Parts: sequence; C-alpha cells; structure tokens
Amino acid sequence: MNHLLSIAELDRAAIERVVTQAERFAEVSDREIKKVPALRGRMVLNLFYEASTRTRSSFELAAKRLSADVVNFAASGSSVEKGESLKDTVLTLSAHKPDAIVLRTPWAGASELVSRWCSAAIVNAGDGKHEHPTQALLDVYTLRRRLGEIDGASIWIVGDVAHSRVARSNLLAFQKMGAKVTVAGPPTLIPRGIEELGCEVRFTLDELDGADVVYALRMQRERMNETWVPSLREYASWYQINGRRLKPRQVLMHPGPVNRGVELSGEVVDSPQAVITAQVEAGVVVRMAVLYELLSGVHPPPAAAPAHGEVALRGVAAR
Amino acid sequence: MSRPSPLLGGPETAARLLLSDVVALDPRTGLDGPIDVRVRDGLISELAAAGTLLAEDGEELLAGEGRRRLVPGFFDPHVHLRTPGQEHKEDLETGTRAAAAGGYVGVLAMPNTDPVLDSAPLLRSLRESAARQARIPVGFIPAITRGLAGEQLTEMAELAAEGALGFTDDGRPVASAGMLRKALQYQRLCGGVLALHEEDQTLSRGGAMHEGAVSAALGIGGIPTIAESTMVARDVALAGYEGGRVHFQHLSCAESVEALAAGKSRGFRVSGEVSPHHLLLTEEDVRGLDTRMKMHPPLATEADRRSLIEGLRSGTIDCVATDHAPHARDEKEVPFEQAPMGTTGLETAFAALYTGLVVPGILELSLLIERMTAGAGLFGLPSATIAAGEPANLALLDLDAEWVAGEHGWESRSENCCFAGRRLKGRVLVTIAAGGVAHRDRSPALVEG
Repeated sequence: MNHLLSIAELDRAAIERVVTQAERFAEVSDREIKKVPALRGRMVLNLFYEASTRTRSSFELAAKRLSADVVNFAASGSSVEKGESLKDTVLTLSAHKPDAIVLRTPWAGASELVSRWCSAAIVNAGDGKHEHPTQALLDVYTLRRRLGEIDGASIWIVGDVAHSRVARSNLLAFQKMGAKVTVAGPPTLIPRGIEELGCEVRFTLDELDGADVVYALRMQRERMNETWVPSLREYASWYQINGRRLKPRQVLMHPGPVNRGVELSGEVVDSPQAVITAQVEAGVVVRMAVLYELLSGVHPPPAAAPAHGEVALRGVAAR
Repeated sequence: MSRPSPLLGGPETAARLLLSDVVALDPRTGLDGPIDVRVRDGLISELAAAGTLLAEDGEELLAGEGRRRLVPGFFDPHVHLRTPGQEHKEDLETGTRAAAAGGYVGVLAMPNTDPVLDSAPLLRSLRESAARQARIPVGFIPAITRGLAGEQLTEMAELAAEGALGFTDDGRPVASAGMLRKALQYQRLCGGVLALHEEDQTLSRGGAMHEGAVSAALGIGGIPTIAESTMVARDVALAGYEGGRVHFQHLSCAESVEALAAGKSRGFRVSGEVSPHHLLLTEEDVRGLDTRMKMHPPLATEADRRSLIEGLRSGTIDCVATDHAPHARDEKEVPFEQAPMGTTGLETAFAALYTGLVVPGILELSLLIERMTAGAGLFGLPSATIAAGEPANLALLDLDAEWVAGEHGWESRSENCCFAGRRLKGRVLVTIAAGGVAHRDRSPALVEG
C-alpha cells in the first residue's frame, strides 16, 4: 500500500492486514509508556481543510505513539484563506518533506489528486462526501472484536446516507468483510443509484429487527442547508434508534459526535449495546496500523531502524 | 437599412490553390468522388474531373493523391471565446485558431463573458476586434436578458440591427417562463434564434455530475436528467404557443430528445444540437474524477448516449456543436467539485466523432459531415457547399491519419479537452475559410508546389 485513499481500492486481505496490525498495537495503549519507536524520524503532516477534533487528534496521537514527528496544518487562519490553491499548498508543504500527509477536505477525490502531486504517502481522512477509509477500518476492527466474525452479519446503516462519507466507506468495507448491508433513511437522503454498490435499500425501519448491527449516522445539521426532511422531530419519529427499536443482542454503532435525541435516544447511547466509545479507542490503534503499514519498511530512514524487540512486526512491502 | 454582415474575420489574403485529385464529399449537393478544385478570389472557381487541372503560376498545389477527403468546412453554433474579460482562457485569435484546426469555417460565440455581451456598443466593438483578429469568420450571440440575470430583456432589436443572429443566456437557463415568453414575443420584431441552455436549477443545484450510480458511489451531488428535459418540454410548449423559433443547446439525455421530437412532430419551429462529448462519453468516464470530464450538462448514461446518437441520425437533433469551453490549467487543476464546468472541443470534434461513430459503422460519414455543417442554416446563414462560384469554405481531411489528442499541444490557449490522450483517427490537414487558408497541419506531411 502506498496510500490509503479509499476503501473501494482495498481488498479484504488488505483490510484484514490493517486490522490485525491494529490488534497488535492495542497492547501498546495499555502500557505505562504508550510509545514505540517504529516511525522514529518520520514526519506526519496533518492537513485539515475542515473542522475536526477527533479524527485529527486521533491521527496525531497515533503518529506520536509511533514516535513520528507531527505537524498540524489547519486551513483556517493559513495561506489557504489568502486564496492559495490546494495544489500550491501541498507543493509548499512538501518542501518540508513529510513522509505522510493526512488530508481532510470537503472535496471528493482530493486525496487522490494530492497523491499525484507529491511523493508523501497520502492518508484520506475524509474527502467530501466520498470516503473516510480509516473510519471504516476502525469500525471493522471494533466490530470484529465485538462479534468475532463479520462474515454473514446483517448490518443496517441508518440515516443521512447522501451526505455521509462514513456511509460509503463502511458500506464497502462491511461488504468486503462478508456482511450483508442495508441502508435505510428518508428517501430524500438515500442517493439514487446507491443500490448498485450491492446494498439493500429501505425507507422505513420496519425490518430493523433482522439486523445484527445498527450503524446510525449523524444527522449532519451543518450540511442541512436545504430542507431534506420537514423537521428533525419528524426525522426522529421515523428513524431515531431508541430503546423501542433497538432489540437486545443488536450492536449499536455511531461515528460520533452524537446528536442525542435526534438519530439516537439518550438511553441507547448509554446502553451496553453501544460500542461508541470502543470505536473512539479503536481510532488510535487503527490509525497507528495505517501509518505503520504505509511508512515502515518501505524506505527506512537511515538513523532510525526500528529498535530491536520493540515491535515484533513485519513491514509490508509496497504493492 | 441593410443588415450588417453576419460573420466577421477570416484569413487576410485570398488563397490561390489547386486541390488536385481529392475525394470530395458534399452531402448537400450529393457530390461524392475524386475531383480537382480550384480556389481563387475567395471562391471555388472551378471544379473538374480528377487529374485534369494543372497548377498555374503562383498557385499552390495541394495533392489529394486520390485518398484525401475534401468536405464543406464545419460550422459550430456554440463556442466560448472568452472575450472580453477572460482572455487568460481564450481570445478571438486562439479560439478561432482552434476552430480552424478542427476544420471549422464559422463559429458563433456565446455572451457569458465579462462583461456580458448584452449591449449594442459592446457587440460593435467585439465585431471590430473579430474582423482584425479572428482566423475564421465569427458571429456573436448576445444575451437574452441583461447580465444573464433573467430579469430584463436586452435591447434585442438594436442588437439585431448591429449583427446579432440570435440570443442566448447560455451558461444559465431563462428560469422564468414569463421572461422567455416575452423574449419570444419580442422575437417577432427583431428576428433571430433564441438559443436555450436548459436547466431547472432547483433540480440541479448542488450537483457536479450526472445523478446515478456513479455519483452515488463517489458521494458527489447529482444533476438529474429531468433538470434538462422538463425545461425542454416547457420551452417547446412556449415556442409552440408563441410561434417562436428556439434552438436547444447541448442536449444530453433521452427525455430531452423525446421532448424535442414531440415539438417537431407538431410543426413547431424548434431545433437542437448535441456535443461530441455527449455523443461519445458517459458518466463512467467521470469515475476517475478527471475535471476535464466535468461539464454542463453532465455526461449521462449509456442509454442517453444511444438516444442522442439516434436523435442525430434521425434528424431530431439538427447539428453537432462543441460547446468549446476553455478554462485555464490552474482553474481545472483542483478537486472535481471545485472545478468549473466545460471542455474544449473544436480541435477534436471531427476526429473524435469519426473515430467513435463513423469508423465502427454507427453513422455514415456523409451524415456526420451534414450534421457538422448544418448549424449555419439554423441561424439563417448559408451552409458551406462544394460548388463552382460558392465561397471557398472547405476542409481537407486525412481519414487514415492517427494521432493522440493533445500530443503536440493545442491551438487553443486552454488544454481542458475531455478527449486529451485518446488515440483518434482522422485529421484536418487544411482548412480554407472565407476563401483563405485558415489552418495548415503543422506536420510537414502534405504539400508540394
């Protein structure tokens, strides 16, 4: 793997490789000193064109636990506000020779574009409404820990599918891992043609009982600049996952941050069926695994060969 | 008052040429076979049996060698020359040079410039510039509404007196049916064709590509085909009611072809055009998010593409128009959703269509030539013909030549061509526009004498 641009370009083996790697890194998080020198001397640049707290800090923490140097570059308050283009920004920052650029933008395909403009490994941390591959990987990781196997599971992704990069990445990742995926939501928020990705489409939650996993999407108020639903109240009455709709033994997931009382009721957020905090925890180890997969081994920096015995892991050669 | 000359510009000097042993093809006269053609004083002065004319003193000989094709020069009723105000994308000289390189002998430029072409003084000054700078004759189509704002008609009668052949708000729809009705009523006074960009923006807003499986997979806002077809249907009805003359620009989907056919079957004065990219590409070509594939209307499905081809074949769609829309490299070198709409097309139109539709046997060459020249007639201009005494508007083609689009750069100032990098068959060797040589292939393949 040279870049992580989308789930669409990964196969099941690649997903499993990252998840298995993450399981090995999980042990590091429990140590007193939560750090390994695997990426000592490497530089990771976080380039964020959209507000993000958890994804950015999760990448930052992941890089630091691998002993990489981290530079954060936020578009607000920078040259971007002075009108610099994405390409010029990337070329300028590339002068610092980052080994990896973690990129979030509001534009589909931006990560792939950037991967053609510089030599760093690009990690897509969200490109518009297209994909958010590390979210899908951490969700696979979380689900595998909870269920053991994902093969054959029925997973419902519920809510604003049209505006959700998480929905697209997870739909693909869950299917590649052998699950049967159904997307459900108001007809205005289910994009025409989504069924060609291989999923079932439902406009009500009448058949939700058959799901093993319920993945609720955030009702993204910040993207609701047009009236996609008549009101949040009506949305909640039809699509909110609450104690009545969520059956025992179903697993509840959500990419956060949760709008309590909208897509999820308070009681299900706090129920033991919810794995929402486990997803956040998984974020760090999975992103460690992604950075490790991309940066270790391929071009080892001369000064920082991995310390003996620290991580008994094998670098994966570039495909 | 005599009307001003409709098109202005073209080569400065009249050519003295002998095209010997060329295979002529003119769908309007039925001419189809080897011939010698003499060009002098701006006219086709003589036609004779192949190999019978000898080059005279001072006359250049273009050898057809019994295989090069001579066709009437093409006409494009829909190009963006970006002048005034956006000369970093294109200007009158580069745009018409691109046109000449594509075998065109006449183009009509759209008014969505900066400032918008919506007043007679601006039209006059543009026409004066074109007379000096344009490689081939150019006509200008001013706006229907001032500033393309859709709120107030331009002074259409004064513009017509200044040489406008029609009116368009291209780039935007005339959203208000009431406003378009007024323009159709006013058309009785000023004449001219109303050329319409059809798009219901309440349906297309937020979209950057065709709404369908590909947009769903990419998470990019979709533009449904009904954004176009409902407006075509509306305006067919308006044109029929007012007895007006409208021309539908860049049709992109099956439902629009049906709506146009319905209008024609009722005898309404409606016509339509289709672009090479809509005839040859689909939403699948957008999957890689190459911004050269981003245009309005967006590339639709394979079924839409087939119905556009069928519409062109049957004559429901009257002509091919490139919608040549140059954009600077840095404007297109951005993420797909940020990129401006448009592809260039003048330099590749014939070769792309010949390669994609004629070589595989989908369309006859003569039909393609007819549809690539028919735009002139739709705007009340004479079509180029190969006949003695006619103005010399000709393209000499090598149908066997293969080339990669863009491999040697472009005549256009911009390079945002959706066919760039494709291997194409068929090349324009020489373009003779308004009696002069407007283009010569830059490779030295051709000529002696």
